[in-house]
Amino acid sequence: MGLQTLDLKQRSATTTPSPQAKSNVTEVAKLIDVSKCIGCKACQVACSEWNDLKEEIGFNHGTYDNPRDLTENSWTVMRFSEVEMKEGEEARLEWLIRKDGCMHCADPGCLKACPAPGAIVQYANGIVDFNQESCIGCGNCITGCPFNVPRISQKDSKAYKCSLCSDRVSVGLEPACVKTCPTGAISFGSKEDMTDLAEERVVDLVERGYKTAGLYDPKGVGGTHVMYVLKHADQPMLYAGLPADPSVAFSVELWKGGLKPLALLGMGAAMLGGLLHYLKVGPNDADAEEKEKEAS
Amino acid sequence: MSTSIQRYTERERMNHWVIAILFFLAGLSGLAFFHPSMYWLTNLFGGGAWTRILHPFLGVLMFMSFFGLMTKLWHHNKITDADKKWLAAVSENLTGHEEGLQDVGRYNGGQKVLFWVTVVCTFLLLVTGVMFWQPWFADSFPIGLRRIAAPLHALSAAVLILGTIVHIYAAIWIKGSIRAMSRGTVSAAWARKHHPAWYREMTRNS
Repeated sequence: MGLQTLDLKQRSATTTPSPQAKSNVTEVAKLIDVSKCIGCKACQVACSEWNDLKEEIGFNHGTYDNPRDLTENSWTVMRFSEVEMKEGEEARLEWLIRKDGCMHCADPGCLKACPAPGAIVQYANGIVDFNQESCIGCGNCITGCPFNVPRISQKDSKAYKCSLCSDRVSVGLEPACVKTCPTGAISFGSKEDMTDLAEERVVDLVERGYKTAGLYDPKGVGGTHVMYVLKHADQPMLYAGLPADPSVAFSVELWKGGLKPLALLGMGAAMLGGLLHYLKVGPNDADAEEKEKEAS
Repeated sequence: MSTSIQRYTERERMNHWVIAILFFLAGLSGLAFFHPSMYWLTNLFGGGAWTRILHPFLGVLMFMSFFGLMTKLWHHNKITDADKKWLAAVSENLTGHEEGLQDVGRYNGGQKVLFWVTVVCTFLLLVTGVMFWQPWFADSFPIGLRRIAAPLHALSAAVLILGTIVHIYAAIWIKGSIRAMSRGTVSAAWARKHHPAWYREMTRNS
């Protein structure tokens, strides 16, 4: 059950074109300005409120990350990293807080790897969404994702992740996390506008001494519909392991790319080859040959 | 002159057909996920989720039954000089001009190569399959390994299916072979033509 108000750009495990008449749609993006984030976790609460999710009460692991990781019930998690930044002779402690969750890649590895038709869709506005009722629980989306985002529920064996509040966006609302953020660290709008906003902010940050500030919109996955403004854009790994140059694994591309149609063709060719061989060479019948010899 | 020679015991034949059934079930359920054009095969197994649940169990059962027959046939499949000759003259052998080319024993070079391809593929399928078996084992393996395991699983399956197509066609083409796996015997003429060294071995003491 995709959202009928949004048309599709791509559909998992489908070889024919997706419905795309209503494609005159602006691509959207969520911009997370990490330099404005205070780590209050209001976005986590708003996410669980809107999406009717309830995380189990966990344990304190000695970090501020709570819950400690993304789960089927926690589609976004603040990740806290304490880093020492060298400034000439001195080292300065910095607390980097990154709101983790689905990046809504333009070239989504999850969708590419998924074998169930329509279980993963990409709407015309760029949002990548999971349709749990078509999900078969195989875990291929995890294999395909370069950001380690999808989680499979132990209860129902379905994969879950941030939907970028596709239900809200389809009726002209901003995602719940954007709505609730008290510092304005999260913005939502067209991808173009968000890129412009990010550029302004980057200029601001550079002026204030963050020489390596920049926008995180990785090209390896065709750009993303969730972008970050990072103070240290030259070292994304500082932000709880945000990959510097993410891309869908080559083995996954190979697996879901040319290999399979080629293999199917091979199987068909082998069967056809057998038929042709039989027609040309005929049966290899030792008993009949022996009988013929005896008769002659 | 239709003397019969025993080729497979009852136990070996039972084992073979158990493998064959499980190969088809595991193969069809796996092909369902191989390519979108094959997804309709999930209908044979009760839908996508059921196919995903059943496939690994069918695969493990196939491996176990295969392992049984493999250990019985292992020592018959060592590659010899006669096999190398068979493989060198593969086009003559495949057009039915096999007589006098090489002294074939219980199995010919082609059969032995197929045996080893099957062994390698079946082991690869088990090992790589466990690595992304949801929900029990997948999480115990690092993601980098699973990204290699899944394509390797698909590749081994494709090779095994191709090999099995060859295997089935060979049984259809070489008349008198199917009864070896159904009734357990072959005719003396069949053995003399296709496996002369094995024929001499089997008739030496009679």
